[in-house]
Amino acid sequence: MTSKAQNQARFGVPDNSMVFARGVRKSFGAIEVLKGIDLNVPTGSVACVIGPSGSGKSTFLRCINHLEEVSGGVLLVDGEFVGYDLRHGKLYEVNNKLLCQRRADIGMVFQSFNLFSHMTALENLIEAPMMVKGMSKAEAKDKAYTLLERVGLSAKADAYPRQLSGGQQQRVAIARALAMNPKVLLFDEPTSALDPELVGEVLVVMRDLAESGMTMVVVTHEIGFAREVGDQLIFMDGGVVEERGEPREMIANPQSPRTREFLSHVL
Amino acid sequence: MDRADTHTPPPEALTVVPLRHYGLWVGTAITLAILGLIFKALATNPAFDWPTVGKYLFHPSIIRGLGQTLVLTVTIMVLAIIIGTIVAIMRLSPSRILNAFASAYIWFFRGAPALIQLIFWFNLALIVREFSLTLPFIGTVFTVKTNDFMTPFVAAVVALSLHEAGYMAEIVRAGINSVASGQTEAAGSLGMNHRLILRRITLPQAMRFIVPPTGNETINLLKTTSLVTIIAVNDLLYAAQSIYARTFETIPLLIVVAFWYLFVVTILSIGQHYIEQYYGRSDQQQGVSLRETLKRAFRFGRVAQPA
Repeated sequence: MTSKAQNQARFGVPDNSMVFARGVRKSFGAIEVLKGIDLNVPTGSVACVIGPSGSGKSTFLRCINHLEEVSGGVLLVDGEFVGYDLRHGKLYEVNNKLLCQRRADIGMVFQSFNLFSHMTALENLIEAPMMVKGMSKAEAKDKAYTLLERVGLSAKADAYPRQLSGGQQQRVAIARALAMNPKVLLFDEPTSALDPELVGEVLVVMRDLAESGMTMVVVTHEIGFAREVGDQLIFMDGGVVEERGEPREMIANPQSPRTREFLSHVL
Repeated sequence: MDRADTHTPPPEALTVVPLRHYGLWVGTAITLAILGLIFKALATNPAFDWPTVGKYLFHPSIIRGLGQTLVLTVTIMVLAIIIGTIVAIMRLSPSRILNAFASAYIWFFRGAPALIQLIFWFNLALIVREFSLTLPFIGTVFTVKTNDFMTPFVAAVVALSLHEAGYMAEIVRAGINSVASGQTEAAGSLGMNHRLILRRITLPQAMRFIVPPTGNETINLLKTTSLVTIIAVNDLLYAAQSIYARTFETIPLLIVVAFWYLFVVTILSIGQHYIEQYYGRSDQQQGVSLRETLKRAFRFGRVAQPA
């Protein structure tokens, strides 16, 4: 049995699950910021996570690709732990090489874009495919041009991040994540650092991705995006999932008073 | 106020009367006077002996000394950058032992005066007579007397590169720290490992903060190498000293030495400007290629224009 099949049997992971969390906890010192998060994101679906700042939603997202280590619980991507190996009933931290291999399959888009500022847009896109996957420069460039065209920025291939608007930078960042052919894309408030008139161009790209069948976990304040694109909506507050459901239904008719209060502020 | 208002012209005809900076005028006048006195002294005081300066400016032993000074500076700087980078990476490592070792290195080699370190390494034979490599079962592989390899030149290189590395370590560390943590996270999320991130992402971005102080250090080091005269390395100053010890033309020869140091410092400053421009290219509105940067560097007589 592969470790994937073993994990699926052991933890009751549903078939077709891309991201699976059961009782995920995370503490920073004495402060517990995640108090047992359950989540299942089926392959090809979009999960949107909303909640007030400090609710732990970004921390949870960063746990998925092991930018933060979880303190407890089970967190699987495509049926496998990201930062650990399960052997003899213990979770062994994996070495850096294995962690990097697994991270290469998980794309991440950051609130502050984090484009490599000393590289042009094109160089940003070809860096990891060449250095991590050993792709040839010609092939990486080919792919990069295709992706830049997909996010509508073919003309900006040779521009440095500083020469691009926030919205353009974020679209390049999305293309950079896509260049690694990830199984899942994590978005950490991708439009929160943008001027209001630039939010739309990024959401268009994200919607296009969702329609093409990309599995996405999106931490966002864009309730409109969650309603129209999300397959499930998760409202987090104080380190727990306060409410979850089908986005349209949940936004129209929130059950928890806390959800109702939050939605009344952001809608 | 009311009275003045009757004379006020319409708003578009108002003239601005600049504030008169009397202090500035007085300061300028005094400075010009001092400059005049200095030039008069330089031109008329026979002690400067300009013909002798001219005679020795391209004297073979002076030029040889200059060559030795340049070789020393380049060798020491290259070693200092390598050692300094290693120490800086140790200083940033999560291991407390490595971190403490790096801190101690910086404390000692940066803290102890260069001159003392120089004399210390030159006299290493007083502590360690010989070095030998002895392996179990094989016996002594080789033995070398300290005095045989610790020549004045080697002592100078070892002492000054260890000293300079203490400064370089702090410069490199500050440079690496200046790179936003989001860059490392983004690279990590793309599956890049620590070494790759350091080599491809962090260090190239840190260069913009490392290059300017490193340029200063190189200029500083060029002059610090004159200390090696004390252990009889035949550098620029030593060459001049050897001459004026015989001829007593002390002042003209010191002017020759000062001229060459200033000349090299000027060249280095110009070079530094263009290197800074190259590493700062992602900051500019128009991208500047390396070729373009070099092209500008070699177009003489033109002041660089920021793009």
